[in-house]
Amino acid sequence: MPDATGPDQIFQRALTNGEIMLPRCDDCGAYHFFPRVLCPHCHGTAISWHPASGKGRVHTTTVVRQKPERGGDYNVCVVELEEGVRMMSRVEGIAPGDIVIDMAVTAFVGGAEGQSAVLFKPAEV
Amino acid sequence: MTTKLRGKSAIVGTGHAGFGEAHGLTAYDVMAQSALAALGDAGLKLSDVDGLFCTMMEDSMPALMAAEYLGIQPRFIDGTMSGGSSFVNYLTSATMALEAGLCDVALIVYGSNQRTASGRLVTASRPPAYEAPYNPRYPISAYAMAAARHMHEFGTTREQLADVAVAARAWAQHNPEAFERGPLSREDVLGARMVGDPLTVRDCCLVTDGGGAIVMVRADRARDYPKAPVYVLGSAAESSHRQISQMKDFTVTAARESGARAFAAAGVSPSDIQAVELYDAFTINTILFLEDLGFCAKGEGGAFVEGGRIAPGGVLPVNTNGGGLSCVHPGMYGIFTVIEAARQIRGDAPGIQLKDVDLALAHGNGGVLSSQVTAILGSQNTL
Ligand SMILES: [Zn+2]
Repeated sequence: MPDATGPDQIFQRALTNGEIMLPRCDDCGAYHFFPRVLCPHCHGTAISWHPASGKGRVHTTTVVRQKPERGGDYNVCVVELEEGVRMMSRVEGIAPGDIVIDMAVTAFVGGAEGQSAVLFKPAEV
Repeated sequence: MTTKLRGKSAIVGTGHAGFGEAHGLTAYDVMAQSALAALGDAGLKLSDVDGLFCTMMEDSMPALMAAEYLGIQPRFIDGTMSGGSSFVNYLTSATMALEAGLCDVALIVYGSNQRTASGRLVTASRPPAYEAPYNPRYPISAYAMAAARHMHEFGTTREQLADVAVAARAWAQHNPEAFERGPLSREDVLGARMVGDPLTVRDCCLVTDGGGAIVMVRADRARDYPKAPVYVLGSAAESSHRQISQMKDFTVTAARESGARAFAAAGVSPSDIQAVELYDAFTINTILFLEDLGFCAKGEGGAFVEGGRIAPGGVLPVNTNGGGLSCVHPGMYGIFTVIEAARQIRGDAPGIQLKDVDLALAHGNGGVLSSQVTAILGSQNTL
């Protein structure tokens, strides 16, 4: 995608390059997620892109229970990033049942369902 | 502050079909049987219907499919799809259309064969792009995360969630129309298979077939039909998000706004309501909606439902038919909250009939706690 111009394209192209970029409104200064052509807070249309700090906390979490032969249990959670936006994701490197609300996590770009995606691991203390 | 629409329309017929397993029938067959049942209840014919309010889990143009199947050519249709809340929402649009003279006989109808067709939730909607890569199980993962957050913030317990399912079953045990009528204890719920922590399979609604229908007319004609009319005193909606990751506060739903406006429109308050019919897709729903509609304070829903307080003989009759947890849940349950509320007011509830019900509340939920619609229904005495 050399000529990525739409918000979704810009986000996905960054991910493919191993970067997590977040859209921020030039008018009100607030970040938002998911990417879109306007700011959902003030409805301004001047949006610029900034590298995410990668720091976040688990806002809420669940374990999807699944038989071992179908891949076993896995985590689904919503993470709130330091920038104030939330996204669905999963925390890896820890048993799904050990992930708790408010746990500090760090973002990385990994693979999910055959595509690049933002994933998290427990933050190192 | 009541609105101009208070009491302007009335439900004069309700019907249902295909509860449990509707072997050999399509979703539209069940829809049509439900329509015939409701029209029969109202003493009307399909040819009298000139307003159709319908959505289904199949197709992108279900209202058109339904009209075609029924052999009618409605002059007003509303197929707004806000998930399971759609059918409570149609009370508003039907009232508006009737009052404006855009139609004279409004039919609200739904049908599904999801249990016999596939054994799981059938949906035409695709998982949202920014959530799909993480494989959430829809819709349970969303409700599980709301429950987890409620437990974290307010100390709500799995036992309290379980008591919602136990209360629903206790009502269902008296309702011959209910699909699940066997005994169910708190321990049964807690010990059932965990499907999405903290929810077990018994914290989740049934997967059944079934359809429901409602016939509405203008209030000035409402006494010309065989059954006692049930008036729409107030109805209001609020939509807050589509994807669960976008829900601003996982412990507060837009029912706070829809409820407040519905109560204001009807000119009544929660303490006046004699029967409460909530869309209980999961046990956490009942707790959230009791809080957000003002039956108890935020965070106190767990204690409010504990130990049979919303079961028969408790302090507040909630989901008197057994709800989506034990009576019927054919993909979208919303229409059944209205049907049970109306039947409690008419005095012909299929299970436990409460005494002298003049005011009942029906609350629909759609998406993943996304769309909230509240309706207050009343008897002739409330006009
Ligand atoms: Zn802005």
